Amino acid sequence: MTALLETRGVWQRFGGLIANSDVSISVGRGEIVGLIGPNGAGKSTLFNLIAGVLPPTQGSIWFDGEDVTHMPAAERCQRGVGRTFQVVKSFETMTVIDNVIVGALVRNTVMREARRKAYEVLEFTGLAPRAGVLASDLVPAEKRRLEVARALATEPKLLLLDEVLTGLTPTEAQTGVALVRKVRDAGITVLMVEHVMEIVMPLVDRAIVLDLGKVLVEGKPSDVVRDPKVIKAYLGDRHAVGA
Amino acid sequence: MDRNFAARRRRDLIVAAVLAALAALAPLFVKDVYVQNILILTLMYAALSQSWNILSGYCGQISLGHALYFGIGAYTTELLFTKFGVLPWFGMLAGGAIAAVIAMGLGYPFFRLRGHYFVIATIVIAEIGLLLFQNWEWAGAAMGITIPVRGDSWLKFQFMRSKLPYFYFALALCCLAWFVTWWLEDSKWGFWWRAVKDNPEAAESLGVVVFNSKMGAAAVSAFLVAIGGAFYAQFLAYIDPESVMGFQFSLLMALPAVLGGIGTLWGPVLGAAILIPMTELTRSFIGGSGRGVDLIVYGTLIVLIALALPQGLVSLFSRSKAKGATR
Repeated sequence: MTALLETRGVWQRFGGLIANSDVSISVGRGEIVGLIGPNGAGKSTLFNLIAGVLPPTQGSIWFDGEDVTHMPAAERCQRGVGRTFQVVKSFETMTVIDNVIVGALVRNTVMREARRKAYEVLEFTGLAPRAGVLASDLVPAEKRRLEVARALATEPKLLLLDEVLTGLTPTEAQTGVALVRKVRDAGITVLMVEHVMEIVMPLVDRAIVLDLGKVLVEGKPSDVVRDPKVIKAYLGDRHAVGA
Repeated sequence: MDRNFAARRRRDLIVAAVLAALAALAPLFVKDVYVQNILILTLMYAALSQSWNILSGYCGQISLGHALYFGIGAYTTELLFTKFGVLPWFGMLAGGAIAAVIAMGLGYPFFRLRGHYFVIATIVIAEIGLLLFQNWEWAGAAMGITIPVRGDSWLKFQFMRSKLPYFYFALALCCLAWFVTWWLEDSKWGFWWRAVKDNPEAAESLGVVVFNSKMGAAAVSAFLVAIGGAFYAQFLAYIDPESVMGFQFSLLMALPAVLGGIGTLWGPVLGAAILIPMTELTRSFIGGSGRGVDLIVYGTLIVLIALALPQGLVSLFSRSKAKGATR
């Protein structure tokens, strides 16, 4: 079976800056893949190319057997790409349930069904008790969770998580990890950009390390953390000893 | 939770029906033509503001150029009537359709603009429209069009002896604009619009086609405003560019919604009910002095309300700030 997501020789230039150079990665169905790398490695750029925020300068992006390189974000969502934002983008004047209904409307045209689906997702993500609260009144961890809930309501095949675990307390992060596992168990493929190595590594099936816009290493998390190139580029000696 | 939501929607509908019924009875007690006139204008501006609120309140695309659609409604109706003998009822619908098409045509380039730039573009376009009509000979140019009066008739929608038919039409239009808003609020469009207003990028990632949402809101909003323009032209029986397309109309559509609560179901009606009588009364009681005292008083009141209740007057009625929210 073909990969769910594939980037083929993707380049992205911003003027003189090369954010991604010749990036070819693939994500198989049912996998949890971690996209890691130091600041400025081009993770967010690649993430935005996959989500459809902008088209790559060169190369192509394939989703579910289809070339989506120039497909706008909204259409990709309809095909089954869901995403969250690193800097949360809740609909602040809307309630939690209304935020999620927006996502649910992608596959449910009847309002009653969209609403039912939204409640289902709130139960799944543990936000149900906060359904009637304005998004602006949520605490940061809840806002992250709302991002995930909204994306899940679109019933994606591939969920793109942009640093959903960063900046959370250890307890909150553990709840987040449990949620990501639950999402995968529901049959959704996950590609996550993350900084918190200790949490990501046990969670993902495979890790892809970007450095200076290129794929540096990819493989099983346990191998990746031991790789001298990765240690040099990103993790530091402390981890080399710990691993 | 679901039941609360349905109950709130039903309550809104019942309150609206009761208010409409009370308003329909008003002429039994109000015999004074001057007061009737104020009531008609209040209902008309409530309808206009409610329509403006669809694009600017719900979808967040602030327009200060809706006078253009108002004028297009008025001019289409009267040009069709005076030049081709088309009944105002058809002219009204034609005006609405033309306004909707123009709104989408203008939206095509201008919905790329954000925030203040969009607002400025709407003002400029409406001013250009005004200038065009002032110089368009066939449409009467600056002299305008006088609507030939042939006696009271529902067919020709003109009434000289009594203002009551206009009153009932304005009430019906107000109910229509409110009902359209109520209906759209719990629809895919309503959710899309609010999402676009709050965060277009996030909306796009959730499958919302931002551009189409704005176009849809613009078309509905312009259509309803043009119907209001057609009504106003019949009501005045005389139109010229300044009296149906002047900038003041753009303001008088925006202010009630802002004052009552922008992006809310009840804001425009509430705002108009306070603002329009206030406008008329300050003008007639203290406006004669020629020193603009009425405008000073009027402006001060608006500033005070805006300072005390930035969320609009509807925030007095709801315990939380939620707008059109599910609870």
